[in-house]
Amino acid sequence: MDTILVVVEQREGKLNRVSWETIAAGQAIAAQTGWTLEAAVVGSGVAAIAGEVAEKKVGKVYDVESARLEPYTPDAFAHALQAFLEKHPAKLVLMPHTYQVRDFVPKLATVLKTTAISDAIGARYEGGKLLFTRQMFQGKFVADVSFAGSGLYFATFQNGSFRADKVEAGAAPAPVETVNVEVPDGIVRNQPREVFREAKQAVDLTQAEIIVSVGRGIKEQKNIYLAKQLADALGGELAASRPICDNGWLPMDRQVGSSGQTVAPKLYLALGISGAIQHIVGMKGSRSIVAINKDSEAPIFEIADVAVVGNLFDIVPALIEEVKKAKG
Amino acid sequence: MKILVCLKQVPQKDAPLKLNDAGTWIREDVSYEVNEPDAFALEEALRQKEKHSGEVVVVTAGPARAMQVLREALAKGADRAIHLEDAAFVGLDAYNTARAIAAAIKDEKFDLIFTGLQSDDCGYAQTGVILAQILGLPHATIIMHIEKNDGGIRVKRELEAGFFQLVDMPLPAVLTIQSGINKLRYATLIGIKQAKTKPLRKVTLGEVQSAMGANLQKIEKLYAPQKSKNTEFLEGPPAEVAKKLVEKLKNELRVI
Repeated sequence: MDTILVVVEQREGKLNRVSWETIAAGQAIAAQTGWTLEAAVVGSGVAAIAGEVAEKKVGKVYDVESARLEPYTPDAFAHALQAFLEKHPAKLVLMPHTYQVRDFVPKLATVLKTTAISDAIGARYEGGKLLFTRQMFQGKFVADVSFAGSGLYFATFQNGSFRADKVEAGAAPAPVETVNVEVPDGIVRNQPREVFREAKQAVDLTQAEIIVSVGRGIKEQKNIYLAKQLADALGGELAASRPICDNGWLPMDRQVGSSGQTVAPKLYLALGISGAIQHIVGMKGSRSIVAINKDSEAPIFEIADVAVVGNLFDIVPALIEEVKKAKG
Repeated sequence: MKILVCLKQVPQKDAPLKLNDAGTWIREDVSYEVNEPDAFALEEALRQKEKHSGEVVVVTAGPARAMQVLREALAKGADRAIHLEDAAFVGLDAYNTARAIAAAIKDEKFDLIFTGLQSDDCGYAQTGVILAQILGLPHATIIMHIEKNDGGIRVKRELEAGFFQLVDMPLPAVLTIQSGINKLRYATLIGIKQAKTKPLRKVTLGEVQSAMGANLQKIEKLYAPQKSKNTEFLEGPPAEVAKKLVEKLKNELRVI
């Protein structure tokens, strides 16, 4: 029987919630293929997480343990999972596409002489073939990608590709097996130090009900005031895509996206934002998305409720006036 | 420090892209530019060289057009360039790209190898890490700061949601560089002139093919994304569009 293994993510002993989405993905693929679904948690002293996962509809949960797995290093994680997978063969290994997974999965796949389809947004089983969909060219296209050969494959899923609340619970808790792996001296070459935040986040965008966000289309720093005026008129917060913060036009704590804040306001108004994947993952949960962009092909329009194709420098001033009028 | 920077040529950000007839890739007749994170990787290498002296070597794998990113890098201050020149390099998966680059540099010893954290076309985010594994080197990803110290380097890794982590690591090492790690420089006129006389090594597909294998993953089909939402497009002159939009914000979305 072929096995799908979902490796859930934990950091410092806490389950990363995005792991539930990967379990949902595993359950969906298992239902289509008839393969067995199992899960694993990798770390040091993470049995409680294994227990939490065992409540879900999975055949078995492995608690892969070594003292060398805390703190995280790519060397220890790749070594531990290689050792585990050599003893517990799987056909397909699934993980969330987090910064941590990105850091070790290409290494692990290479050690095992196989490949990982990264940052997938969907999967289906068609004519005996697994197909993963992933965005290409910054979301302008989507590709169906298949694995060549047979055997052990890896795939990672983008945040939000499957719904965590769709995870099926098990009829009874799945068995948990502890697997102690040895990570010998000399394997781990990096010495991680503690995790920190640069500065106190002055702005909590997650609490904002209205966000006006600017991207490259704003062209110059001096034009940011336009977005600021619109945000003020609407009573919302000003935010930006990464390039704007990289340029220093707005502080980093106003960045929305995978490396910034994840937001879900009532209204997300995107000005001159093309909609690269890294930005979309931070705002696609917004209740309504309005996008203004001069490029009618911009990927942001794929997820927009209301779209305006046009020059933001013409539209925004008019919009500010109308908002002021409407608010009296 | 001797630093290798891997550069990829990708379609320009706002270039309109069209599918090829087979629907497996884009049509090649678009404008190209250097992958943005790779530009930051090059800048970081030049800054490290200015601090610690050494050499900056740039490499790319792609058809003749990809030469442009090497020329620009040389103009900005890279010392020499390696061009794995063949149209076949465009269709490689990350594993084979890394194997081709590893084969092309097998006679060299670099202290640091930089790549951008991912490419704007494929977005695999894997080539750098795979290259590290093939070369037997430690790696760190999504790097926002690099400092040389006695034992090696201390790097600042970006984590999610505004968190960072410092990591000490030995040299040689492979780092994948995040956009925004530094401020990019422009090439000077003198730099552009000097670039023409800097060494360029061309590597043919034949020279590295024995190190490569079949692609382990395959793009079956490339297509425009299906809309998941029923997007309403507002049209008309700006004043009219603004009016319609505010009505929506007020009456349908109820945020005013």
